[in-house]
Amino acid sequence: MAAPLTRDQMAWRAAQDLPDGAYVNLGLGMPVLAASHAPRDREIFYHSENGILGVGPVAQGLEIDPELVDAGSQRVTLRDGASVFDSAASFAMIRGGHIDITILGGFQVAGNGDLANWDAKVPNKGPLIGGAMDLAAGAKAVHVIMRHNNSDGSARLVSACSYPLTAPACVKRVYTDLAVLDVDVDRDGGGFVAREIIPGLSREELTTATGAPLIFAPDCCDLLAPNLA
Amino acid sequence: MIDKRVDDLDAALAGIAAGATIMISGFGNAGIPANLLRGLGSMGLSGLTVILNAVRRLEESDPVFFADERVDHVITTAFRGPGQETAAFEQQWRDGKLTFEIVPQGTFAERIRAGGAGVPAFYTPTAAGTPLAEGREQRDFNGQARVLETALTADVALLRAQKADRYGNLFFHGTQSNFGTAMATAARLTIAEVEEISAKTLPPEQVHLPGVYVQRILQAARED
Repeated sequence: MAAPLTRDQMAWRAAQDLPDGAYVNLGLGMPVLAASHAPRDREIFYHSENGILGVGPVAQGLEIDPELVDAGSQRVTLRDGASVFDSAASFAMIRGGHIDITILGGFQVAGNGDLANWDAKVPNKGPLIGGAMDLAAGAKAVHVIMRHNNSDGSARLVSACSYPLTAPACVKRVYTDLAVLDVDVDRDGGGFVAREIIPGLSREELTTATGAPLIFAPDCCDLLAPNLA
Repeated sequence: MIDKRVDDLDAALAGIAAGATIMISGFGNAGIPANLLRGLGSMGLSGLTVILNAVRRLEESDPVFFADERVDHVITTAFRGPGQETAAFEQQWRDGKLTFEIVPQGTFAERIRAGGAGVPAFYTPTAAGTPLAEGREQRDFNGQARVLETALTADVALLRAQKADRYGNLFFHGTQSNFGTAMATAARLTIAEVEEISAKTLPPEQVHLPGVYVQRILQAARED
């Protein structure tokens, strides 16, 4: 029986691909969990678009400074070597291509790399973009963490996004609760390449759960994550 | 003699009129000019256009802005209230009493920066190929579509800093500066509330925002 990854396990898996020395922006929700699961021997600078390069752990007790928050409005600390700056400078850093990787949440990713993650057309609620469009358009690499399917079983990896786009053709890699997949840039019309699949899930089952053409990498292997409490 | 210090909220906000366009700094709970916003709320001005990162912060600072329908138009990156409930401003939009323009956050910051720097417009990759670019002026640079964005300016900017001196030089703490640095340059009247007015002049290397951009400073403690 295949066990889908938990939120923390998905974030853990995404964190393993952050290299030593990287400048990384983590989106709200599951992506921000990656910071606590990155290997401890790597020096990674987390960027927060409200004006921090070098976000540290969430502040506790006497560390709490009400005028120091991250993009999720959490009261945070700063790591050694951190800097703070204003929003225009922060987005120049993003747009100018100085951030190596951004990990974002997603509603849908299309086989050509299109990302939709800002407007799910919720009735009675207005839209919220925040920094997602700038990050998707400006970071050197865009990785997405999201569940493989919606609660009704419909696919979130699709041939074409039905929700409004955040940016076209920007996503390189997707981490889901079932698999690690790369956008298949070589395929005409787009698709995905499965790199890792959770044990117990067949290739047929993953193909059925995916709403776009899917192939399997020659070295496609088990997606193994530690048991995170 | 230059002295931009004012004694109280009334003096800080004097002259702001109905129909004004007001930029409001703040991100999360940092750099919010909460004292100035409560003062503005008590002035009863209507027909306001507000330019701020997240509309919910204005409602949280003083619900009167939306309860009494003081705001006609919003330029923002987040026109959404917290949770599943429909916020007062979301309801007014649905009722046709309020309009908004939704802007990606980096474009929002850069439009304000451009407004303060005398740059009328610029091309940016952000939002190209998305619904926000539909019907907009676009141009290809190096084979890639870029979207034309115009500068934002305002009558008034409200912001919060840690320290000021009588010249209006400001020093920010933590992530307090956020949009305030650019907003101060883009508004005709910039009013800063600060935790502390320094008896001594700020050291030049510690001036994050030069006093030329700041017209009034009010000492006002942060309230949580």
